Amino acid sequence: MALDGSLERLRREGHIVVVGASLAGLRAAETLREEGFTGTLTMIGDEPYEPYDRPPLSKQVLLGLVPVDQTALPRRRAIDARWRLGVAATALDMAAKRVALADDTSVEYDRLLIATGVRSRPWPNELEAGLDGVFVLRTTDDAARLVHRLRAGPRRVLVIGAGFTGSEIASVCRERELPVTVAERGPAPLVGALGGVIGEVAAELQHQHGVDLRCGVMVTGLDGDGAGRLRRAHFSDGDTLDVEVAVVALGATRNTEWLAGSGLAAGPRGIACDAGCRAFDVRGIVCDDVFVAGDVARSPHPLFGYQFLSLEHWGNAVAQAEVAAHNMISPGERRRPHLWTPYFWSAQFGVNIKSVGVPNMADQILVSQGSLSEHRFTAAYGYQGRVIAAVTFDQAKWLEFYQRQIERAAPFPLPFTTVDRRTEGMRPVPAGFPDPSVPSHGPEVTVSGHSPTDQRVTFTPA
Amino acid sequence: MRVVVDLNRCQGYAQCAFLAPDVFAMHGEEALLYDAEPDDARRTDVLRAVAACPVRAITVEGAGGRWTADRVGASNGA
Ligand SMILES: Cc1cc2nc3c(=O)[nH]c(=O)nc-3n(C[C@H](O)[C@H](O)[C@H](O)COP(=O)(O)OP(=O)(O)OC[C@H]3O[C@@H](n4cnc5c(N)ncnc54)[C@H](O)[C@@H]3O)c2cc1C
Ligand code: SF4
Repeated sequence: MALDGSLERLRREGHIVVVGASLAGLRAAETLREEGFTGTLTMIGDEPYEPYDRPPLSKQVLLGLVPVDQTALPRRRAIDARWRLGVAATALDMAAKRVALADDTSVEYDRLLIATGVRSRPWPNELEAGLDGVFVLRTTDDAARLVHRLRAGPRRVLVIGAGFTGSEIASVCRERELPVTVAERGPAPLVGALGGVIGEVAAELQHQHGVDLRCGVMVTGLDGDGAGRLRRAHFSDGDTLDVEVAVVALGATRNTEWLAGSGLAAGPRGIACDAGCRAFDVRGIVCDDVFVAGDVARSPHPLFGYQFLSLEHWGNAVAQAEVAAHNMISPGERRRPHLWTPYFWSAQFGVNIKSVGVPNMADQILVSQGSLSEHRFTAAYGYQGRVIAAVTFDQAKWLEFYQRQIERAAPFPLPFTTVDRRTEGMRPVPAGFPDPSVPSHGPEVTVSGHSPTDQRVTFTPA
Repeated sequence: MRVVVDLNRCQGYAQCAFLAPDVFAMHGEEALLYDAEPDDARRTDVLRAVAACPVRAITVEGAGGRWTADRVGASNGA
């Protein structure tokens, strides 16, 4: 391989710094070593734990089947890194190629990977958010607190926001036989991610499992007692409800504050990068030594009109980390684009929900196999006559087929008959996505236009 | 030992749940829940499950905990 001298030196004895020591950070570090990087590798993470897996937190961990602190990610190989855990990065100086840390030290880099992910949006009223009994769920510490409280058997749990995380939490509460109310300001659970047609199925699932589901309402306030414990919730329809636990599941916000003033195109919607994971600066010019991967990234996708996508997806974090790491130590002509077709799963109310593609770009939906009323089906999403996504409820085996249709831009509706197609799947219907300017809960995929510096869309929860 | 399943790949074939029932379990018809840090005594079962998974969705950390030396502890640069 013909490498110029400086890249050769970088690979042999350069310094690569990874900020954000979670899924994307770890998989990137492993890939760097796998591909022959022998220089110094520093992993900076503000959580005091080595990289752990988050999806179990709202599933087997919350159910009490697995201890909270036992979801550490298996290592694919040794990474021989310097770990700086429990210390946040506080600033980036791109000219000096230096990251400042919260303990007043700093680390210089030859190449930097930013993988700082997202955090839960807190309850907007700070006083109310501080009440004993109000929780979010993003980290292992969050999970520890929430599991502890659920074990104590609260009289009622309120889940605010019925996206995937909120719905999974409600599902766990029902399995634990706890009374649970779900408040969602949109017309149905999962409506932001999967649309109204599937949202209705999600609502049925919740009703069937005894969830007190309240859609089209907002929680307007939380009351505490004299000792600062949560006691009551107020709703926009005037109702009040006695609750001991409230879990705020209003989506996530990107961890980019530490980059303010750095000159990177970083904001509340993430850090814009090119298809090769190189970060854009505020002028829209790509940086050659700063890379981005995982939930914090916004990257253009050729399958979806080169629009910038922000994906809060486990599989995306892994795939993007691998591409970013490869590109960090490869010459231009050997760099690869991040072309991963979005994949997502969720387990709730005993159903395995999976999706491929970007459902929330769709205008139409067609139930191509199975039946909505049986809660076991495959539905394809179309956008301007093309297949752009599919979702399955307990029919995961069909998803790969739809992935191929999406990747070859197959026409929608599909021009062939699928097995087990029922009358409800004979013609496409509107997919029923809410107006994106009136968000219900944070959808896990955000499509955000063509400009790397576009920060126009703002979102204010509740 | 440490285990992670790529649930995007997993198609709920349940082979793992047959071979290592203490570690992998179906939850409903198709959703897989698993113990991410099962006891080392389960290693043989888990490795069998890894080998049997038709879509190679299960990753475990290298046999014998070879990489433990690289785990944190040696953190904070110190
Ligand atoms: C409860 C829950 C359930 C989920 N379930 C699913 C699921 O079923 N399917 C699915 O596909 N995805 C799921 N996800 C999403 C998945 O976990 C994420 O996509 C994945 O964790 C993204 O990895 P990441 O490394 O990009 O970011 P993160 O995991 O968010 O990691 C970022 C890390 O950077 C750290 N950090 C932030 N700022 C700084 C700083 N300034 N300095 C140093 N460190 C910093 C953070 O503390 C964090 O440790 C779930 C997430 C949660 C929370
Ligand atoms: S054997 Fe593989 S595909 Fe089957 S349930 Fe287990 S992990 Fe999933």
